[in-house]
Amino acid sequence: MSSHITLVYLARLRERFGAARETLPLAGETTVAGLLETLRARGGEFAVELAAGRAFRVAVNQEVAGPEQRIVAGDEVAIFPPVTGG
Amino acid sequence: MAVRVQTADFDVGAELAALRSGNPAVGAVASFIGCVRDMNEGDRVGGMFLEHYPGMTERELEKIAAEAKARWDIFDTLIIHRVGELKPLDQIVLVAVTSAHRGEALAACEFIMDYLKTRAPFWKRESTPEGERWVDARVSDDAAAARWDAGAAR
Repeated sequence: MSSHITLVYLARLRERFGAARETLPLAGETTVAGLLETLRARGGEFAVELAAGRAFRVAVNQEVAGPEQRIVAGDEVAIFPPVTGG
Repeated sequence: MAVRVQTADFDVGAELAALRSGNPAVGAVASFIGCVRDMNEGDRVGGMFLEHYPGMTERELEKIAAEAKARWDIFDTLIIHRVGELKPLDQIVLVAVTSAHRGEALAACEFIMDYLKTRAPFWKRESTPEGERWVDARVSDDAAAARWDAGAAR
């Protein structure tokens, strides 16, 4: 069993964070809100782009997720701007 | 209920013919084609790049098509969305719906397009004379999708 989660950054946030994906160790479990807190604590672009009030979405295992959504090892968590297709 | 995400262009005539082929119960085919404009927000657009989230994109489009099928009495749907480099005049998206009568087909087609705009993970980056920029989501798109949530007719 993996003890990591995979983070996926898309579109403008991929450019801001300078990576398309990264692997993060995860002991036990967290929530979307908890993960965002961890990322904001890095400072820099993460603190700016993920600040409260900024428009972004989170998907856990490719399903849009709210702040209370549980995250466990092996999950794929994507963070992206509001969508603009069509 | 086909969903396709592709870089290649599509032939609308051939796609619509295939969608209704062999089904004499079809009395209506409604379709929408989205194209790349050469102007946006007052700036000239030379081209755009369409990015998506492979896997989630297909799943979201399938969910939207299934939702349309549950809401309206329709036979079949087709959603084709292009990704990658596109330029003005290019086709971006095709949504098509077949049903016995036009009302159901037209409503379902508009519903799919409104939901696609707000739920399917696609992002546009435009090239303008001032450089590249990511297109911002529109409040009007959220409003267009939200009117289907009210339950009542439009």
